[in-house]
Amino acid sequence: MSGVRRASRPSGWSRIVSGDRPGHPVATALVVLLLVLLAVAPFVFPGTRSQAAASRICVFIVLAASFDILLGYTGIVSFAHTMFFAFGAYGVAIPLANGWVGWHAILVGTLGGTALAVVVAAGIGLLSLRVQAIFFSMITLAVASFAQILATQLRDLTGGEDGLTFSLPRVLTPAYRLLPDPVLGVRVDGRLVTYYLIFLAALALFLLMLRVVNSPFGRVLQAIRENAFRAEALGYRTVVYRTLANCIAAAVAALAGVLMAILLRYNGPQATLSFTVMVDILLMVVIGGMGTLYGPALGAAVIVLAQFYLQPGLQAVSDQLAGLPLLPSLFHPDRWLLWLGLLFVLIVYFFPAGIIGSLRQRGR
Amino acid sequence: MNAARLDWPSWVVVPALVALALPAMSFATWITLTVAGTAMGMMLFLMASGLTLIFGLMDVLNFAHGAFITIGAYMAVTVLGAASGLVAADSLGLNLLALLAAVAAAAVVAGAVGWGFERVIVRRVYGSHLRQILITMGGLIIAGQLVIALWGPQPLLLAKPAALRGSFVLAGAAIEKYRMVAVGLGLIVYAAMHLTLNRTRIGLLVRAGVENREMVEALGYRIRRLFVLVFVAGTALAGIGGVMWAVYQELVTAEIGGEMTILVFIVVIIGGLGSVTGCFVGAVLVGLVANYVGFLSPKLALGSNILLMVAVLLWRPRGLFPVGRE
Repeated sequence: MSGVRRASRPSGWSRIVSGDRPGHPVATALVVLLLVLLAVAPFVFPGTRSQAAASRICVFIVLAASFDILLGYTGIVSFAHTMFFAFGAYGVAIPLANGWVGWHAILVGTLGGTALAVVVAAGIGLLSLRVQAIFFSMITLAVASFAQILATQLRDLTGGEDGLTFSLPRVLTPAYRLLPDPVLGVRVDGRLVTYYLIFLAALALFLLMLRVVNSPFGRVLQAIRENAFRAEALGYRTVVYRTLANCIAAAVAALAGVLMAILLRYNGPQATLSFTVMVDILLMVVIGGMGTLYGPALGAAVIVLAQFYLQPGLQAVSDQLAGLPLLPSLFHPDRWLLWLGLLFVLIVYFFPAGIIGSLRQRGR
Repeated sequence: MNAARLDWPSWVVVPALVALALPAMSFATWITLTVAGTAMGMMLFLMASGLTLIFGLMDVLNFAHGAFITIGAYMAVTVLGAASGLVAADSLGLNLLALLAAVAAAAVVAGAVGWGFERVIVRRVYGSHLRQILITMGGLIIAGQLVIALWGPQPLLLAKPAALRGSFVLAGAAIEKYRMVAVGLGLIVYAAMHLTLNRTRIGLLVRAGVENREMVEALGYRIRRLFVLVFVAGTALAGIGGVMWAVYQELVTAEIGGEMTILVFIVVIIGGLGSVTGCFVGAVLVGLVANYVGFLSPKLALGSNILLMVAVLLWRPRGLFPVGRE
């Protein structure tokens, strides 16, 4: 993990990223490349599948970065992050699926989901963080599994395993035409509007998070991560700071959930609440580099692209190995998680700083 | 400060709960549920005791503990499937022999995998909770997926040994036979553990290590070697717990370990991380509450464990039997 970084008097571009630059020419290039590609994605990579991948990357950048506030900046492991993600998604899905279509419903759902996330996050934090930070991981795991059971059991409210399908305001539907003529060969329809809504919201949330971690508050979080005992001795109430970090991360995760629901026009346990999503987020943050915010953004892009385009590859390997003992079942596409888990362990061992962290260390 | 004086309420919790439950139901139901809860608690204790000792001794929190429960459960399927003759035989002796074989196989395999796991995975991340949680979580995922690759993704059915099926009636209450076996095994393991920890030299070192590792090391004992032993024993116990739970459920899925991990965590948090006594009391408490609440208000049963944990933590933030070290 990189130590506490201090920015020298930010100005110009630097102010937008709160004085926190990627920290190495290659890292900067990667981040800028990612930003530019996402900004022009609908025009450069037309097609439903690539647009779905690009929107997914945007949503997961927000989700992974908010998880990094906990994992990388505060040094606590939460397994309830998908729960907060799901709060936001269900917040929007429940009113819309019950026939209340319109921006009001989205707004109310967003506020409701986020408020619930903050309250629950505060409760978990105050309950578990006042003794040992390690309780936090265990309790979040228990609470998250409880939420998963609730989501599948409360069928009237959440649609159970099937989830909720709903329609969005007309502006966000593919049938809507913003401009009569195509721009650069791409139809300016509701799908494009949806993409840019998600992209801009993700960008704004990411910059906001950069602001948070580079504020005096963010410095305290990093101090707690480095040495909780010393931070406490200096007069910072570690419980309060860690709980606040948990609340902020939960709120942002809920907002990411809102974006996810808008993107999918659906929400269900598999989409936002499952343990697989949690593993994905962990991987994104660890691959990209804990405690850097830019790292999780890159990690999100890597993992989402891998999911979209490598899973068919696994099928091909499995077909090649047909007839051999055991090997085909190891390379079965459903064993995707096995390879992610292996990758995850190897990275935590040999590459704990992740992409951005390693580049920063080299640049120093 | 006055820890000795504060200690008695922790001991009273279980008897008080049992006594409080009686007026809420008929006597026969009460007996049935109390036995069922105790049996569940014993199985939970088998699974949780290793985890709490591993944490107490080396400050290692093993999130992959559930993987060893899964291994135990699948060993039960394999061994009992292979010994179907013994399982179907209408003789208590032969049935118990089959169960014993499954327990032994699970203990050996889970212990061996645990030994490898300690060497390859856990050893490198001593001292860093963050990396421990991440690495062992990765280990849990890999183990779960490997189990699916080896045994297939479909749930496997498992037949209880013939003589242990069904129930008998005691004082008007129906009591499942298998639960008595689980209670018996749990009590034997608890007694054996208690004796080992309190009456042997190794137990003395383990207890001393839990209290103050540096001091024991300074006196010239190799805590790490001891820790490997505890780790292997803890994972073997988790495997045994997996067998008992799988035979009890008569159905095994790859998620069994993950599901039980959550209950196991609740047990060790309630009991106090690192305390074997706390683990025992916590396990029985969780088992009893799950059964009583499941009977009195089935809707609440889902969250009863979480609510129990919240209640205990609000009352005793470090668990019922906190271990000395801050």
